[in-house]
Amino acid sequence: MSGLREFFSSLKGSPEQPPRTCKQCGTEIPYAEYVANHCICPQCGTYFRMRAVERLDETVDPGTFQEMDKKLKSKNPINFPDYAEKLEKAEKASGLNEGVVCGTAKIGGIDCGLFVMDSAFMMGSMGTVVGEKITRLFEKATASKLPVVGFITSGGARMQEGIFSLMQMAKVSGAVKRHSEAGLLYIAVLTDPTTGGITASFAMQGDIIIAEPKALIGFAGQRVIEQTTGEKLPAGFQRAEFQLEHGFVDLIEERSRLTYTLRKLLKLHQPHN
Amino acid sequence: MAIADVKTAYERVQAARNGKRPMGSYYIEHMIDDFVELHGDRRFGDDAAIVAGVGYLNRIPVTVIAMERGDTIEERMKRNFGCPEPEGYRKALRLMKEAEKFRRPVICFIGSSGAYCGIEAEKRGQGLAIAENLYEMMGLKTPVISVVVGEGGSGGALALGVCDTAIMLENAVYSVISPEGCASILWKDASKAPEAAAHLKLTSYDLLKFDVVEKVIPETGKTDREICSALKAVLMTEITRLSQMTPEALLDHRYEKFRKIGG
Ligand SMILES: [Zn+2]
Repeated sequence: MSGLREFFSSLKGSPEQPPRTCKQCGTEIPYAEYVANHCICPQCGTYFRMRAVERLDETVDPGTFQEMDKKLKSKNPINFPDYAEKLEKAEKASGLNEGVVCGTAKIGGIDCGLFVMDSAFMMGSMGTVVGEKITRLFEKATASKLPVVGFITSGGARMQEGIFSLMQMAKVSGAVKRHSEAGLLYIAVLTDPTTGGITASFAMQGDIIIAEPKALIGFAGQRVIEQTTGEKLPAGFQRAEFQLEHGFVDLIEERSRLTYTLRKLLKLHQPHN
Repeated sequence: MAIADVKTAYERVQAARNGKRPMGSYYIEHMIDDFVELHGDRRFGDDAAIVAGVGYLNRIPVTVIAMERGDTIEERMKRNFGCPEPEGYRKALRLMKEAEKFRRPVICFIGSSGAYCGIEAEKRGQGLAIAENLYEMMGLKTPVISVVVGEGGSGGALALGVCDTAIMLENAVYSVISPEGCASILWKDASKAPEAAAHLKLTSYDLLKFDVVEKVIPETGKTDREICSALKAVLMTEITRLSQMTPEALLDHRYEKFRKIGG
């Protein structure tokens, strides 16, 4: 059935899944060990950026994920040069049609809407398809009275789709608002990196905002800030711990405990009767 | 659309950024009667990059929120060259809520290279401030009209751009990224900005064609005063039209306006 599932199983334990190498300490980690350890380096504790499929496998009750709008692909709305080729390359490299995977699933037995961004597809940047898929997910969750859990990683708006990308920030915000007004829960999980127009829209619109340790979370790019102000950035600037200290995220959760925490929060927010 | 061909995209970017081009304060001065400026976000401070207050458009009470970069160098320093900090967006939202309470239409003037990029702005939640405006403006139960009068720079512009009617002056631009930023990312060469500007489709006529804006106010061959009067007439028509809608219809219409973009 789903290409995602096939891709998923090809990822797991298949001989062509190479070991991962930690950028921090150089340790080579066999893939099976890598996923068993939540995509964290067992040697130095560095968090790798998780693929959407790995995140789903880690988070949802087995066999409950039903993908939505999997086939949606960008139509290159402003006919941007070399963009079509870039999309094709991103598809091949990621095994996905776009930078977000959306659907419904159970987490700890509770039905949820779920969106998982994937930085392997053009840095998880938001163009029309990412915006449309997340909007549809919130609309579906509103209609079906489901909470939404979103795993966010994104470099921001996708410049190759120009003004259409920018407008997705408003479009998704509208759908998040309608979902919220229906009395439904939205948990945003911010992972490395969450920046630009994503921070300036649905990443910061969760009822509850959870961050992974050390994740880069911010609006303006670090190089841009340095160039604009000529100031040196303080250590830990725009990391999850910085955002917690300044009051912008509710909690930082270790990846190994994240599913457990999500289950607890989802259970607590369930309607009483 | 012959007029659109008169200037290249980058010439329009330069026109939009021209230091002599009227910004928010000009339109307030020449269009709004009995304007009273209202300051501060009641949280942290007052951001001079956004001028906001109440007054009359003809005889209709309105709330006006305008990005302003200033004229003299001192004023530009004070106003951060028109790049708002979180307090500016929070002031804007506070006054939009006040407008909603009194069922008063809101007019936003957009003209800024973008939200201010700085360490302190990040510490005070620049991303959150914009995110809250997008979210709250989607539910604001009073007409909102946004006018891009200069450079509409990315999320920092959109934070005043969630509206019922979007208007652009002919030589204003509105883009997800500056042409320079785009050129440096794509070609590692900011001097290719003119090429990037053309590819980004950021002119008023592009956005009209894309249904992202509803009206373009012609500038070619017109004085600033003439442009201002033409804009005023359009604002009057739109306010009259939008004021006849129920709050529910207004919000549905606003939702659909954005919902259909890239759908
Ligand atoms: Zn390591």
